[in-house]
Amino acid sequence: MTLDASTHGDVLVISLHGQLIVGNRQALKQRVLDDIDSGTRKVVVDFSNTGYIDSSGLGVLVSLAKRLRELGGDLRLANLNADLRTLFELTKLDSLFQIAESREQALAGF
Amino acid sequence: MVSTSALDFRVPSDLAQIESIVAQVVHRCRECRFDPRQLSLNVPVALTEAISNAMLRGNGEDVAKEVRVRAEVSEARLVIEVEDEGAGFDLDACCDDPTTPENLEREDGRGLFLMRTLMDEVVRLDGAVNVVRLTLQRR
Repeated sequence: MTLDASTHGDVLVISLHGQLIVGNRQALKQRVLDDIDSGTRKVVVDFSNTGYIDSSGLGVLVSLAKRLRELGGDLRLANLNADLRTLFELTKLDSLFQIAESREQALAGF
Repeated sequence: MVSTSALDFRVPSDLAQIESIVAQVVHRCRECRFDPRQLSLNVPVALTEAISNAMLRGNGEDVAKEVRVRAEVSEARLVIEVEDEGAGFDLDACCDDPTTPENLEREDGRGLFLMRTLMDEVVRLDGAVNVVRLTLQRR
């Protein structure tokens, strides 16, 4: 998994390329935590190029969202495929995140 | 007649090994005409959970300790056995529901839940405390 980061106003957008799983979750976590330390409070994670996520990947998203909300911000998700949506529904994490159909929709809601 | 093919991996407890094993098992399931959803969701996620659990909890992420993954694939089903070098744990003792409101914001605790949800059966192998068997019927 690799990730690209860009900023849109005050929103950090992270695009993942590959699966978000136990072996690489720390890369995403550290990248976002570093940006939080620099003042970022709004984050969108774009899953256009991700096939699946495991429980560790889900856990990192939960942890980062919790941290950002404690600081008055949020972490939102965009472009989930049907499998990813199923994972969020099975774990009921769809109730914890704002899930947008597109990056633009996620940005517009911030 | 249903033919069965087997895969057998022995790898150190290195999380970077997981994706390659998963890809090979998924490939074999694809050859056996498993449902696309099983190929893209059930098999990769459940197998990733089982192997990472063996490496992290079973072997304590000690790269000197190995994980063995055996997969038997046919046009009827996939049977995977994941073996670590740990002392084993009681699957039934790990039954916290991660979807309840009090657990929803926990970072961990979803691995076994996903394995059980995405596979037809997840059991500890009889007589072996450190082997988990996952079974998925082909759809």
